[in-house]
Amino acid sequence: MDAINWHSLFFLLFAVVACGSAVAVVVATNIVRMALCLIVSLGATSGLFFLAGADFVGSMQLMIYVGGTLVLLIFGVMLTAQGPFISMRTGGGDWIVAVMLSGCLAALLVPAAFSVVAWRNQPTVAVDAHADQHAADERGATAKIHQVSEVGTHESANDAAAVSFEGDQIGEGRPRTSTHIGLGLLGARVDRLQPGSADLKPGMAGYLLPFELVSVHLLVVLVGAAYLARTKRRAKPQREA
Amino acid sequence: MAEALANYLPQPIAYLMVGLLQCGLLLLVPFIGAMFFVWVERKVSARIQDRLGPTRCGGKYGWLQLLADGLKLITKEDLRPKDADAVLFRLAPYVSFCASFAALLALPFANGWVAQDLDVGVFFILAVLGLEVFGVILAGYASASKWSLFGAMREAAQVVSYEVPLGMCVVVPVLITGQMDLVKIGNMQQGLFTNWLVFHDPFTFITFWVYFTCATASVNRAPFDLAEAESELVAGFHTEYSGFRWLAFYMAEYGSMFAVSGLAAILFFGGWNGPLPIVHMLGLTPENGPVLAWIGNLLGLFNFVFKCVAGVTFMIWVRWTLPRLRIDQVMQVCLKYCTPIAAVMFLGATLWTFLLPGGVGLRSMPYAYRYVHATAAEPAEAKAPQGGVADASRADRRLVALTQSAAEGK
Repeated sequence: MDAINWHSLFFLLFAVVACGSAVAVVVATNIVRMALCLIVSLGATSGLFFLAGADFVGSMQLMIYVGGTLVLLIFGVMLTAQGPFISMRTGGGDWIVAVMLSGCLAALLVPAAFSVVAWRNQPTVAVDAHADQHAADERGATAKIHQVSEVGTHESANDAAAVSFEGDQIGEGRPRTSTHIGLGLLGARVDRLQPGSADLKPGMAGYLLPFELVSVHLLVVLVGAAYLARTKRRAKPQREA
Repeated sequence: MAEALANYLPQPIAYLMVGLLQCGLLLLVPFIGAMFFVWVERKVSARIQDRLGPTRCGGKYGWLQLLADGLKLITKEDLRPKDADAVLFRLAPYVSFCASFAALLALPFANGWVAQDLDVGVFFILAVLGLEVFGVILAGYASASKWSLFGAMREAAQVVSYEVPLGMCVVVPVLITGQMDLVKIGNMQQGLFTNWLVFHDPFTFITFWVYFTCATASVNRAPFDLAEAESELVAGFHTEYSGFRWLAFYMAEYGSMFAVSGLAAILFFGGWNGPLPIVHMLGLTPENGPVLAWIGNLLGLFNFVFKCVAGVTFMIWVRWTLPRLRIDQVMQVCLKYCTPIAAVMFLGATLWTFLLPGGVGLRSMPYAYRYVHATAAEPAEAKAPQGGVADASRADRRLVALTQSAAEGK
């Protein structure tokens, strides 16, 4: 019996759920159901991220979009949606504008998606998983031995480093995604590695500085919002007899 | 396991069977857990209030109470208010339950015994536990009852605000171990109980208590069970629910209590490692073969479940000991106390790791160390291509080794 391509199966499942509930957001008239469909859609998208091996991005999607933004959205909706606003119907003009906009976007995205050479005519999953797994394990093992011996000779004081090198892989030989992101922030090109590569400028901090600047910026925005939204004290407290 | 089974069965059936088996094992945790903890809650509360607890249901210590509760809830009529939004009303309990259940996916029960070994396990659990609030909001909204809506709003506000200090507390062990992988965090605390992160430094010790407070609040346990408006005698967001749907909410509550206690056990109390390294002294480790490792893991499972049950029992004890807080007091505890304390603990743990690099703390920065070494050596090559070759090539080799190890497996 042929091996089922589970990756494709689950990809299709998540993709159908994501697209279907995205359509449901548009079609639904009750505003709270719209929000619920949006939750399902974003959750399925995070499922796609997990399927692609991007654990960190998937969790981020769950935490920020589903857990953070949508809770705020629902709060806003529930607090403001009353009477006439609780069920929304789209007028004819809105439909025309929306179809035009989404048509333009689709016209941009579909050719872009099909222009990626690597996505065409290629089986997505190696059917011969056993052999591949075995080869990968062997490669990983030799590489690890090499690294550990090297680190051991050069940095005998820092023997804990060797320990951490041992544990660079999690089950089934998958790479550690958060390590990639961390190294990328420090400026290392994890995708392209030659010794002495020109991409690795000495002393370059990578994306760490922009990242920190954005964080501080967000903090300032938060503090500002809290300052503006606080209860104002009256300049002259009025006394009533 | 699925591959081994596929030799005897058609492959889809083998995968399906293994998947169902694993799901069933995980589902046992919230199902059996909820039944057991409800009984524990009754017994503990009875002790604290100086009475006997379940006595009429027979069985030693009234254990038949579990079955009586289950039967009663399953056979109860499934009611729905007339004006309720039918779809959302029926959906809401399952949203809550799924969120609490999905958190168990990434929770390791022993060394390597985890349904999905995620690289970002800590982060995933926090993200998924935060989704439980949707079930609450939906239930409150869809019930078409103002008490439900009030309860849902209070509870949602509380859960969302307590996620901030909770996340900051969780970052402290992650910072010290340099890992977000729960299996590795647990394995780093092997050995005597002094290796547990709660004893790593004074800051982690305080962090644990802040974490536990915030966890209690974020799973809506007393003294933070503000959803219930006691003066009106209504039960918050699940006022209108009966029978099995109410049971789903309760299982979700006890499931997330178990999940946060498990997270505390792994992050602060050594996970499946006992106070003495008995498993290692007996040689029940993966190096000595799979059977011995399996036995060792069984001991680890016992340790872990014991720690989780201790955590849940502690929550129950607190519930029946402390008075409830008002909503403003709840928010005050979160914003004025827990958040600043967590921030200070985070800073303190960072400084401690930097200034006293020993033990577990040393493992947190190998990447940074080696990256800095590698880049610091590179200008030497640029300036003096003759003299600096040995040094620079070593740095390059290190950097390549470092990044290869990260990129490996592709």
